[in-house]
Amino acid sequence: MSILVGPETRLVVQGITGREGEFHSRQMRDYGTAVVAGVTPGKGGQTALDGFVPVFDTVAEAVRETGANTSCIFVPAGGAPDAVMEAAAAGIATIFCITEGIPALDMVPVVEVVRRAGARLIGPNCPGATSPGSAKVGIIPGSIHREGRVGVVSRSGTLTYEAVQAMTDAGLGQSTCIGIGGDPIIGTTFLDVLQLFAEDTGTEAIVLIGEIGGAAEETAAAWAAEHLRDIPKVAFIAGRTAPEGKRMGHAGAIISGGAGTAASKVAALEAAGFRVADSPLELPTLLRDAGYRG
Amino acid sequence: MKIQEADAKSLLVAQGLPVPGWEVAHNVEEARLAAERFFAAGAQQVVIKAQVLVGGRGKAGGVKLASSPDAAERVASTILGMDIKGITVRKILVAAAADIVKELYMSAVLDRADGRILLMGSAEGGVEIEQVAAANPDAIVRVHADPLLGLLDFQARQVVFAMGLGAHLKAGVAIAKGLVATMRAYDADLVEINPLAIVRELDAAGAPVKRLVCLDAKVTLDDSALPRHPELEALRDPDEEDPADRKAREAGLTFIKLDGTIGCMVNGAGLAMTTMDLVKRAGGEPANFLDIGGGARADRVAAAMRIILADPKVDAILVNIFGGITRGDEVARGLIEARAVQERDVPMIVRIVGTNAEEAAALLEEAHFTTAASLDEAAEKAVKASGGAAA
Repeated sequence: MSILVGPETRLVVQGITGREGEFHSRQMRDYGTAVVAGVTPGKGGQTALDGFVPVFDTVAEAVRETGANTSCIFVPAGGAPDAVMEAAAAGIATIFCITEGIPALDMVPVVEVVRRAGARLIGPNCPGATSPGSAKVGIIPGSIHREGRVGVVSRSGTLTYEAVQAMTDAGLGQSTCIGIGGDPIIGTTFLDVLQLFAEDTGTEAIVLIGEIGGAAEETAAAWAAEHLRDIPKVAFIAGRTAPEGKRMGHAGAIISGGAGTAASKVAALEAAGFRVADSPLELPTLLRDAGYRG
Repeated sequence: MKIQEADAKSLLVAQGLPVPGWEVAHNVEEARLAAERFFAAGAQQVVIKAQVLVGGRGKAGGVKLASSPDAAERVASTILGMDIKGITVRKILVAAAADIVKELYMSAVLDRADGRILLMGSAEGGVEIEQVAAANPDAIVRVHADPLLGLLDFQARQVVFAMGLGAHLKAGVAIAKGLVATMRAYDADLVEINPLAIVRELDAAGAPVKRLVCLDAKVTLDDSALPRHPELEALRDPDEEDPADRKAREAGLTFIKLDGTIGCMVNGAGLAMTTMDLVKRAGGEPANFLDIGGGARADRVAAAMRIILADPKVDAILVNIFGGITRGDEVARGLIEARAVQERDVPMIVRIVGTNAEEAAALLEEAHFTTAASLDEAAEKAVKASGGAAA
């Protein structure tokens, strides 16, 4: 079992004919994801991935012809907000937007449009999600995973890989690993993902990887304190040594006016029953300490 | 990107907001001439304000009044060249001192938690809003703009009435909507007026009137949106950007200089922060935050190495790459390229895992690089190699 992606995933890749879109579509298919369609306006009728995947002009056509239910967007920042809304309008239920560098204010109406359509957006500026053994959507390297029952949620890309690799090396498999994205305005939050994991019978432990800035970790911790009391939980927060007032790469990662500090997040997570690691490599040990036997 | 008060005011004026006139002076003579013009136009006093991008300039002595052109010249000479939190003042703003009846606060900010634009107003202006928020949270009124339609008139009225600005309803609503319009027009994260003020002025007939105006302005722009506002790039203040930061930005790198001795080169912001944290945990001090971004090629890696080595305090370098979209062999090639031409030799610890890590390992071995398998090990080795940490 898993969340967001799995054996039922039928994927359309928006921007499949671009360099990154093509490369990662191949990786996703090789991992076992059902890549059923691509969309590039003006290239409808062509095929991608050596003739195996039909390319359509619109997402609506792709949905009609292939039954796609999930989208992965590699469209450049200028067109990505429109691509998200096109997917939502076409009835896609789960939309992953990998694109980075989208102006934050562009995402404000997009998140609302997606919400009104009853769809779910993950990202933008996210690495996607993998449910080991069944499917991956996005750019997370497939090789780092192992099948299992630990749910992993993170705001970063490569830091997620680091943590997942550590879990896999320690023999701890994952139900689903998801990167929610480092931008200020994102479609799916830590809290949303924890709620999905709580409902998932295949997830028996939680790894949360946060970073400085905002209050999303604190909000998620408060919910977990009440609703995820009996499940082993561990966390890591990046940016403990970051100076105040400096934006640490991610548009969201900044300590301002004393808010968004690592100390505040660590305290909130510990109060909610998370064991907080000093290094991503300690996560597997802490998870065992927390009673996880998977 | 932060911009100077004078530039922020220009953006507000362009959106139709009421901002009393000002001039920018770069030297004492310009300041005197500007002051003379304001006195000739009837000003009793002029205010002279340091143009720096750091907060707390008033407390640091960077904002002063003057009652004559001579006094303005004297004040300008003390403020120009002044050091405020490490920034040398090179420009000042000169304006007629307002006859303030009441100071208030209004801002529009991108609210990450709610994913919307948040309009905030307070009848308590002129002080730091964080202090008001901590001491008296009820004194701040908050309204979220509609995500599709923007700030609606009734929302603006709600804020204006709650601020006790009923007597200035029309002007208050125009300013509230203007702040949101400014945000959207220039892709700002924040547009803050503190103070927004009721001032006493004389109308054309010489009769006293009260008017609502923006006396200060703070605007920060969304870096991701700058490519579509090329005109705003000109507002970047070269005096306040470190040369290393500029080189990094132009090379497509995210670089933040810190005080330590261990240069860090990492792909991904979260992993870069983690690498810094682990260097510190191992007893070292990171010299920088540096994210080479996704999919970096050899030339970008070489540029990153030059920027790190330009810091004379750096005595060891830690390269930590978890390849996904970034290919390990590209990074290895960049490192080899950079080392072949670099003028200064410092110990380098390289850890490359993920996509094409095997190819990278072969390249690094052939070139005799010191490598590390895990992140913790890499941090420990780098700290050991750094003389600064041993001292």
